[in-house]
Amino acid sequence: MPDLTYLYAVARESLSCPSGVAGNPVRTIARAGLVAYVSSVPAELFGAEPLRRSLEDLDWLGETARAHHRVVDAVAAVTTTAPVRLVTVYEDDAQVAELLERRSVAFGDVLAHVTGRREWGVKAYTSPAAAAAQAADPDHADQRGGARTCGGDGQAGRPGTAYLQRRRAGLRGREQVRRQVLQRADHIHRALSALAAAGRRHRPQDPRLSGRHDWMLLNGAYLVDEARAGEFAALAGELGGDGVEIRVTGPWAPYSFTVMEPA
Amino acid sequence: MRRDVSVYEELPPERVALVDLLDRLLAGGVVVTGDLVLSIADVDLVHISLRTVLASVDEYGGIL
Repeated sequence: MPDLTYLYAVARESLSCPSGVAGNPVRTIARAGLVAYVSSVPAELFGAEPLRRSLEDLDWLGETARAHHRVVDAVAAVTTTAPVRLVTVYEDDAQVAELLERRSVAFGDVLAHVTGRREWGVKAYTSPAAAAAQAADPDHADQRGGARTCGGDGQAGRPGTAYLQRRRAGLRGREQVRRQVLQRADHIHRALSALAAAGRRHRPQDPRLSGRHDWMLLNGAYLVDEARAGEFAALAGELGGDGVEIRVTGPWAPYSFTVMEPA
Repeated sequence: MRRDVSVYEELPPERVALVDLLDRLLAGGVVVTGDLVLSIADVDLVHISLRTVLASVDEYGGIL
């Protein structure tokens, strides 16, 4: 069975790279002013059917994701780069060359958009206890009208009513905490997006995956001008506090900002 | 006002958390269609991989 061609990224310069997935060397295909970074992969492992099975294997997935990232990261560290989604596999090099020609304008647009910019990840966490404490803070008590909690007077001796009122108050409290947490996340995302060239939110990570049991309010990605990286990190730090912890990762290759419309 | 520490992480590729990598490698990146044998874009592999990872998280906790 002939090998297939695995595509990592598209750039404008040809550079030497670390080895790619399955340990194979990475080479470049130049066409239409673009350079595709590819390597050969065995069809026995990377054909559609075997790949579906392999993706269920965490060791395989982890190894492949790291190899893919190693190549993309090495290219992006040196030159403007459009990363391609994990496991994008073509029949052969000729198909990749044809792709570069056919989509050269779109690739050019993507590369122009990310030139001079890097991606930063910003995650915001809070613990349920910290969020509840914030919600209970009198400064934040705007939503709790005293008039509606008509407890006490005339209610003594009616335990059923008291129970229902406590229960309603508890539900209102939780809803209020949830709403405040979501508002805080929106605020952080808007502030960071205003400084960045672009911003998007990834889905919050499952605590069972991340190993963190705090609430993840925000899992954001931001495309930031290189000259503004320091300013961005400082702003991210300032947006934490009051029970919200901010974690910044990067710089990343612009993975989250190279989505191209289908041809 | 108390400021919580903001932690900056710049890690070599082999030490980046897999879960952070998958956010980017599955959700982002150029999606190039036509003639593909398989791209992650074609199937909801985010779902597949998360199911796999969740099933294996106890065993593999160390690398996440």
